[in-house]
Amino acid sequence: MFELKNLSKYFGEVVANEDISLTINEGEILALLGENGSGKTTLMNMLAGLYYPDRGQIFLNGEEIVIKSPKDASSYGIGMIHQHFKLVDLLTAAENVILGLNKGFFLDMEKVEQEIKEVGEMYGFDIDPKKKVYNMTVSEKQSLEIIKVLYRGANLLILDEPTAVLTPQETKQLFKALRKLKERGKAIVLITHKMNEVLGVSDSIAVLRKGKLVKRLATKDANELMLAELMVGEKVSLNIKRSKVKDPVLRLEIRDLSVKNQYGKMVLDNVSFDAYGGEILGIAGISGSGQKELLEAIAGLQGTQKGSDITYYHPKHNEIKLIGKSPFQIKRLGISLSFVPEDRLGMGLVGSMGMVDNVLLRTYDETPNFYKNRKRAKKIAKAIKEELAVSTPSEETAVQTLSGGNVQKVLVGREIANNPIVFMTAYAVRGLDINTSYVIYDILNKQKEAGVAVIYVGEDLDVLLALSDKILVLSNGKISKPLDPKKVTKEEIGLLMTNKIEEELEK
Amino acid sequence: MLAIEIFSVSFFVAMVLNGITLLFGCLGETIIEKAGHLNLGIPGIMYLGGIGAILGAFIYESNATNFNGFLAILCALFFCILMSGLGACIYAVLTVSLRANQNVTGLALTTFGVGLANFLGGSLGKLAQGGSGLFVSVKETSDAFTFYIPWLSEKTGLFGKLFFNSSYGFLTFVALILAVLVHIFFKKTSIGLNLKAVGENPQAADAAGINVTKYKYVAIMVGGIIAGLGGCYFVMNYLKGVWQHGALGDAGWLAVALVIFSLWRPLRSIWGAFLFGALTVAYNYLHASTSQQEILKMLPYLVTIIVLIVTSLNKRREDQPPRSLGLHYFREER
Repeated sequence: MFELKNLSKYFGEVVANEDISLTINEGEILALLGENGSGKTTLMNMLAGLYYPDRGQIFLNGEEIVIKSPKDASSYGIGMIHQHFKLVDLLTAAENVILGLNKGFFLDMEKVEQEIKEVGEMYGFDIDPKKKVYNMTVSEKQSLEIIKVLYRGANLLILDEPTAVLTPQETKQLFKALRKLKERGKAIVLITHKMNEVLGVSDSIAVLRKGKLVKRLATKDANELMLAELMVGEKVSLNIKRSKVKDPVLRLEIRDLSVKNQYGKMVLDNVSFDAYGGEILGIAGISGSGQKELLEAIAGLQGTQKGSDITYYHPKHNEIKLIGKSPFQIKRLGISLSFVPEDRLGMGLVGSMGMVDNVLLRTYDETPNFYKNRKRAKKIAKAIKEELAVSTPSEETAVQTLSGGNVQKVLVGREIANNPIVFMTAYAVRGLDINTSYVIYDILNKQKEAGVAVIYVGEDLDVLLALSDKILVLSNGKISKPLDPKKVTKEEIGLLMTNKIEEELEK
Repeated sequence: MLAIEIFSVSFFVAMVLNGITLLFGCLGETIIEKAGHLNLGIPGIMYLGGIGAILGAFIYESNATNFNGFLAILCALFFCILMSGLGACIYAVLTVSLRANQNVTGLALTTFGVGLANFLGGSLGKLAQGGSGLFVSVKETSDAFTFYIPWLSEKTGLFGKLFFNSSYGFLTFVALILAVLVHIFFKKTSIGLNLKAVGENPQAADAAGINVTKYKYVAIMVGGIIAGLGGCYFVMNYLKGVWQHGALGDAGWLAVALVIFSLWRPLRSIWGAFLFGALTVAYNYLHASTSQQEILKMLPYLVTIIVLIVTSLNKRREDQPPRSLGLHYFREER
């Protein structure tokens, strides 16, 4: 039994955790629920030895323990599976497992491989100890991480957002394994913000808000609405509004779009679909199924195979073929891409610049002056700040110092300020808390009502179903028929996301 | 017309002497790069090691009344390790603890090391020969370094001349054994595995309980000292204990190139070292004109570029440099 008493951690003036007292029992799955930035991961990082608490104590079976490093944590039987896997690509599964253990001067790989197989069999993980990590799928890597901490004798397993990268089927398998671990007397902490998972798999729930523990309750006494209220501290409606589609106009006609990646694999395979102004077209799929390439091909950032054809029906001009046009020309035609990659600053904004300069990056060429015109950019930045409630000291503050949600608002706001005709966005709400997510959904709806063709690549199926007017599923570079979100179920989409891959494996 | 004299014993020996120098440098740099640090200060460190050996030998020779070869070697090695260790230490503190840019630090260290070595060499020359001393010679110590077993080297005909030549000394065999040991270290030992992980993915290594900073420091120090031995070897065995301005030439840069050529594999670097050694001295044995000589001198670099192209094209994960090479590691990054 692990006991946390009054744990506190501050980052400068920011309160990450304050006076959190929590008991973690063996043979129990505890869900740690909270919005982004509520301090879930920080709290667990203190158990894992990555952060050292500023105040408070940790007890193991009644005795106080001090955890100063991951090594200490491991010696007390605490193992954490981080959101970004901590695996060495170049090494095999077995080598990763024994990394840093220093069992004897010379390595005895055969023995280790045998032991790993045994651990795997005991808990129902299928793993090849000789496989190199760079050849593994995401779920294999996750299994390896779990085996790694089990091999090190963990009694407490902490999983940070484990399902973010998994398909629905893989998630099911993971939960099965977690239940098995629980039955064998392990304590499990599941960090998540997905309600259905919390309610489906956990025994007990601890809700964090703004660094403080709001409530600890048994899962059987909880329901979705109540948890949401606890998380955000006020009543939120779980419904995303979907306005009726009015006079859709054909904007984009994509035919036989194929893209090969640098390794010669077809990442998009004869993809055809239409996008209409006044509609939100949702695109679902496991990450890495070709979403990035699809949006980039439309934006002119991606080379395409022969025979690919993208026709754009501009409101003022005749039809325009987009293939062969430069990203700059395409942008000028009113096609806007706000791609939100894993790190938001990577492709969208320049971190060391303020909002104004980032706006200027898009508008500097609108006037032929030699000197740049900051006045207009400043006005736009101000408008974005006010309309989207971006919390920043000033429009000139470097955007990298803002929180993730605010950075995203700046990025999306800037693209909209350019009055796009086609607006594409990927993972626009990734890592955002509920309130900010709703602000983004609202923006997308407003764009749709204004007649913009919105293409929304998302990962949360509930949101996709609630927000989109049509849904396409990308799977291994192939695209499904347009589905009606009012009729299709989540499970059906989940199947479409994965079955093509299984077919591929059977071959 | 290139007259060919490369099928001679003296060419073979020159190839070995140059090759082993590069092998020392390459092994040192390989260990450092496996820890994720690109140390471009290796040429400077090799100069420091070279002048350290001269300095140690000079001090011993000027103070000893009864010359003892063993003590001379010890003294030379001590100063060699001290000087190259000092260079490595500067690099380690700057790049690991202070997180200075590795390339800038390395290049500065090379400039510093070469300069300091030449300065010390010039000063020793003046001490030894008065005002116009252009070189310094520690002949006796050099002879001690190149001790040999007369029967093995002289009585076994061509075999002895090629493989146990009287100018090889003991360091030649130390280098070869070291290459094998480094190979075993990375393949078979837990510490070697941990070090590889540090250079590939320090976050993962840290989470697995490895002390990343400690591993980096030790790797940089040990690697620097091994590279420094290359400098010692070159001045004692190839230059016969005679130090002149710029004595080591471009050996350090060739050693860095050899790391790439050998794809970070110690065993591959053995034959790579001999190939590079042969290419470096070939111009002396081909009766080439000055311009032809310059072209020949660039061959090792040309080969390295070709290797770079080939490995970049085939993209085999195992042939790529350590993934976090040149990057800093912070733990509490938020």
